[in-house]
Amino acid sequence: MADGEALVVEAEAPAPAVLEIFLAFSRVGLTSFGGGLSGWMMREFVQRRRWVDEGEFLSGLALAQALPGVNVVNLSIWIGFRLRGGPGALAGALGMIVPPMLLAVALVALSGTLLQSPLAYKVLAGVAAAALGLSLQMGLRAARRAARGVVPVAVMAITFLAIFQAGLPLLWVVAAMAPVSIAWSAWRLRRGA
Amino acid sequence: MNDGPLLRLLLIHLPLSFLTVGGGQSIISELHRQVVPVQGWMSDADFLNLFALSRMTPGPGALLSSMVGWQVAGWAGAVVASFGLFAPSSVLVFGLAHLWRRSRGAAWTKAVELGLAPVAAGMILAAGFTLLQAAEGGALAWAVAAASTALLILTRVSPFLLLGAGGLIFALVLG
Repeated sequence: MADGEALVVEAEAPAPAVLEIFLAFSRVGLTSFGGGLSGWMMREFVQRRRWVDEGEFLSGLALAQALPGVNVVNLSIWIGFRLRGGPGALAGALGMIVPPMLLAVALVALSGTLLQSPLAYKVLAGVAAAALGLSLQMGLRAARRAARGVVPVAVMAITFLAIFQAGLPLLWVVAAMAPVSIAWSAWRLRRGA
Repeated sequence: MNDGPLLRLLLIHLPLSFLTVGGGQSIISELHRQVVPVQGWMSDADFLNLFALSRMTPGPGALLSSMVGWQVAGWAGAVVASFGLFAPSSVLVFGLAHLWRRSRGAAWTKAVELGLAPVAAGMILAAGFTLLQAAEGGALAWAVAAASTALLILTRVSPFLLLGAGGLIFALVLG
């Protein structure tokens, strides 16, 4: 806000300032009721602000899921680093953690009496159901984008079924599928496809 | 005086940082074991109450740790628990991001990016459907989720508006 810059973000946006990164991640962290945080992040950083492109976002998300740590915090570090190096990573992670933490603790301090009413419980279940749309929307976009041939589609289908139907641990599935898929991509790239 | 619980909060959370996979649900049973039977900091009911609250607040679900920390040792406890949970894994991701940047444009980063895309898509869809299956409200939840998905794909509607509408519909239909 100090430089009074207009908030018109077009296709090729310049790298945002560190404070701007912090505020943008805080906004996502504080408004993401009902879960589906990575869907919020994709909508905000890929579709709305165009800070990163969809391919970068998705590979960052897969890595963030596979690495130890809370996935959305990992993803915040990944995107923040991509935007502004070390300070950007710190701003992204702190924005995602600190303001929601203050709110969470404030709620505990108020002993959550408001949230314990049955009506509030139903409202929050409805919010969570609507928030699922964010995850599903992101999944469908990602699927359409990744479906570039028989092998990627097979990788996608097996990953989905292994986690959703077979209930295998995410880490095992990624450890098995990622190397296969990466090797195939490397082979394709080498052949200049 | 607060040194005891603060140090123990830190020591409990540091290893949990590396055991967190995904959204943070993986550590809840271990956190419960430490906080309720081992340390005796709170009762089962208190823990469940905090868990329910953590699911209702925005932000990462793992903020349950901050809530536990606050309950045990006030603001200092909240900060220490959050630091312990988030810092170690964050350093690892930071290191990888650094490595990634150094080799930007290299053939292998391109292959990794392309290769991870279908894995990520399968993962995201599986997570969405798992949550849908577990959603409270049965058919109504499915209808709201489907409508919200369609609107998000087809229009530029603010997700905020959709969340409000979802809450309102549930209140009207089930309330």
